Amino acid sequence: MHTYIRRFFYGDIPGQESGGAPNPQGPKNDWPLWEVFIRSKQGLDHKHVGSLHATDAQMAIENARDVYTRRQEGVSIWVVKSQDIHASQPEEAGELYDPAADKIYRHPTFYDLPDQINHM
Amino acid sequence: MSVHNLEQLFQDKIDAEIKIEPLDWMPEAYRKTNIRQISQHAHSEIVGMLPEGNWISRAPSLKRKAILLAKVQDEAGHGLYLYSACETLGISREETINDLHSGRAKYSSIFNYPTLSWADMGAVGWLVDGAAIMNQVMLTRTSYGPYARALVRICKEESFHQRQGFESLLVLSRGSAEQRAMCQDAINRWWWPALMMFGPRDSESTNSDQSMKWKIKRKTNDELRQQFIDMCVDQVKLLGMTLPDPDLKWNADRNHYDFGAINWDEFWQVVKGNGPCNRERLQARKQAWEDGVWVREAAAAHATKKRERANAA
Repeated sequence: MHTYIRRFFYGDIPGQESGGAPNPQGPKNDWPLWEVFIRSKQGLDHKHVGSLHATDAQMAIENARDVYTRRQEGVSIWVVKSQDIHASQPEEAGELYDPAADKIYRHPTFYDLPDQINHM
Repeated sequence: MSVHNLEQLFQDKIDAEIKIEPLDWMPEAYRKTNIRQISQHAHSEIVGMLPEGNWISRAPSLKRKAILLAKVQDEAGHGLYLYSACETLGISREETINDLHSGRAKYSSIFNYPTLSWADMGAVGWLVDGAAIMNQVMLTRTSYGPYARALVRICKEESFHQRQGFESLLVLSRGSAEQRAMCQDAINRWWWPALMMFGPRDSESTNSDQSMKWKIKRKTNDELRQQFIDMCVDQVKLLGMTLPDPDLKWNADRNHYDFGAINWDEFWQVVKGNGPCNRERLQARKQAWEDGVWVREAAAAHATKKRERANAA
């Protein structure tokens, strides 16, 4: 059984070689990284817009307002510490999504019906 | 899977216009090239605030001051989008900034020129932002996903920068003889450096070939430069001003304007650090970083204190 979820140092950046590992000798003084999600208007989903550094959640929200909503792009902001985001692995995509690949009967166009039928 | 196969799969994706995302396998050189390009793009936005910051307190009206403030604030934002995109490649923010301060990383040479008169704010918006937009519109289709997405956001916002610049020059061009002279002088000083923003000629550019193959860049330096010149020749007529190049001439065979020789010695001098403001710009960035140490430390201490109190409660 594969584990499809792995932990990352931050954001989408894995600890191994696939995307480019963070420099282990690199400075560690940066404030934590936060991922920012914005709801552009009532009724829509929050959508990932980017990331930023902040000491805590409150500062992250205030910075997100200045960085990502200078033109009223949002009515609501979520911030999540990047290190708390878990991601599926591209190299395991084949197995991960395989179960859905052979089930075309899940789509309405699979069913051949007479042209005369209405409201369906 | 061998590295050779991985590289072939990677190139196949690029050729099929599939974007590369942070978790995907990528050749080490692709990662490094992107880190270099994105971080230097970010530094350019940040250093680019300085020449215009010079005029915020001296803008001729409250309206112009508010516009200039908004533009400079956008540039800070653009720098931050780009730093974030760069970090997805595995380099920390602090390393990136250290590279700028140590001189390892560069920024666009255009910002090593001084802004001597108010008309320079207009010329910078029209020509410098105009040239930057040509590059950035191309880069919205770059192959690295986070970079392309940052560029889409930037381009949406940047359009106002160019328009306000041109409008500001338009006002001067309809003003007194003195204002018109100031307008022409600014165009004269910024025209050639703006053409140099596209980088060395294709025959001399070391990064272009591989970057084109990986679709980090989609057009060559010379293509973009020509596109920019063709565009400006028409626009300058609306100002009733001229571009400072006696050799500018329509070439019906090429369907482009021919233009005079660019002073590449000047270009390389500025790149090597000998431009009019190189030292001043870098000094200002370092100073801002050092002056901000206590703020960063205080904010971190405050966050720790709040966290401890919340845990204790």
